[in-house]
Amino acid sequence: MNHSISLTVNGTRRDFVLDDPRVTLLDLLRERLHLTGTKKGCDRGQCGACTILVDGKRINSCLALAVSHDGADILTIEGVARGDQLHPVQAAFIAHDGFQCGFCTPGQIMSAIGMMQEAQAGNDPERIRECMSGNLCRCGAYAGIVDAVLEAQAGADESNQRRSA
Amino acid sequence: MKQFDYVRPATVAEAIAAAAQPGATYLAAGTNLLDLMKGNISRPDRLVDVTHLDGLDGIETLADGSVRIGALVSNADLAHDAGFAKAYPAVAEALLSGASAQLRNAATVGGNLLQRTRCAYFYDTASRCNKREAGSGCDARDGENRTHAVLGWSENCIATNPSDFCVPLVALDAIVEIEGRNGRREITLDELHRLPGNTPERESALEPGDLIVAVRLPPAARGFAAHARYLKVRERTSYAFAIVSAAAALRIENGKVAEARLALGGVAAKPWRARAAEDVLRGVAPTAGVFQEAAWRALTDAKPSGDNAYKIELARRIVVRALILAAAGTPARIAALPASPFASTSGAIHA
Repeated sequence: MNHSISLTVNGTRRDFVLDDPRVTLLDLLRERLHLTGTKKGCDRGQCGACTILVDGKRINSCLALAVSHDGADILTIEGVARGDQLHPVQAAFIAHDGFQCGFCTPGQIMSAIGMMQEAQAGNDPERIRECMSGNLCRCGAYAGIVDAVLEAQAGADESNQRRSA
Repeated sequence: MKQFDYVRPATVAEAIAAAAQPGATYLAAGTNLLDLMKGNISRPDRLVDVTHLDGLDGIETLADGSVRIGALVSNADLAHDAGFAKAYPAVAEALLSGASAQLRNAATVGGNLLQRTRCAYFYDTASRCNKREAGSGCDARDGENRTHAVLGWSENCIATNPSDFCVPLVALDAIVEIEGRNGRREITLDELHRLPGNTPERESALEPGDLIVAVRLPPAARGFAAHARYLKVRERTSYAFAIVSAAAALRIENGKVAEARLALGGVAAKPWRARAAEDVLRGVAPTAGVFQEAAWRALTDAKPSGDNAYKIELARRIVVRALILAAAGTPARIAALPASPFASTSGAIHA
């Protein structure tokens, strides 16, 4: 039986007919939309490489059935930059060497963007480490990742202050 | 993953009718179920998606002072609800000590109650497991069983329940609201999970088609807000299941314990309420000595199911520590590493 769903992906509405309900959001993004920035690491919800934002919240796209997310608003790594202008979190990862091989990086960046919106960690490195523990980096770039998130958070705090001043 | 039919009911009644069929199972976020399906451990014929049902995602305070949590509220939304976290701090701390931020954003209250054991032999389809395949045997019994049960286990199954959330909930007398083929009923959370006995494949009191629609904390559960903690020992300081955990909640009046609540996690096939230990604490001053006596009482019936005798002593110590921290008072803000016995207020260190 076919299932019709529509999703908004990086601001564009997309309609799909699924002939198999087993398709995850991860596989839909990669195989149907060729948005291969979202990575398949463990495919079991343990590594965080597949992290995307669904309705503004970071989740593991490997453990989400596409058919169940009819109507969802999805943001992937391909949708965070404004043209050639990198998202502040992307720029901070480059500035602080927040990666080595880069495989986990899209998931790390999406997770960091989601975490900053959750506003639970602030600029406390311990809380950032805890709130980012769902993203593994086998190269061990954690120190750079935390520094990158700290800088991005500081930038966000500054622009918030400017806006409220 | 095996093929399955996907149905998306419009009402609870439709959901129950669809899920009462043999081979059917409910789908909420799927963070546990899809993992099990990918490994061929769960092989449902039909998924009944309840995530689009209305009215199951609210947190409401009732007239009598109870709180009612809809089954589809996410773990993260519940933990970060300021009113909820203030009234039930040990529950919020337990939620934040479980899984990762991504999983907490997706995973639901109802799903957390029904998550399956993390026993490696349950996950490995080449191993014998009475829970996965009734009557096939238990390879954990003579296998790698360092993390397995020390309370309530049987020769047929030594698996543990992995939930953090359920531990403070059972301590606070949580009630589970269920819709089923014969209408609505309520049971205590303590009655939801079954010990293995001779039928480890039967994990809960739910019947085919039964849908958990809400969890309720009774009015008395608010009385512990000033002295409540959840502590969890794990093999790394974040994103790991409990080796042993404890929820401790005290109501202290005039320097004495008016009422105590204690439950353990990671030790049995269900969240383990330690009522005998609570009795030890009632009416006495909260001292380290009496906490030790309570801890001893909580583990009186414990016995190793394999290479895990250490868990009994570890559980005693975590009980004592949780009681000491609860007596000292609920912190104004949950520590950077929720529920970690290694966290200090001056800054935690990741091991």
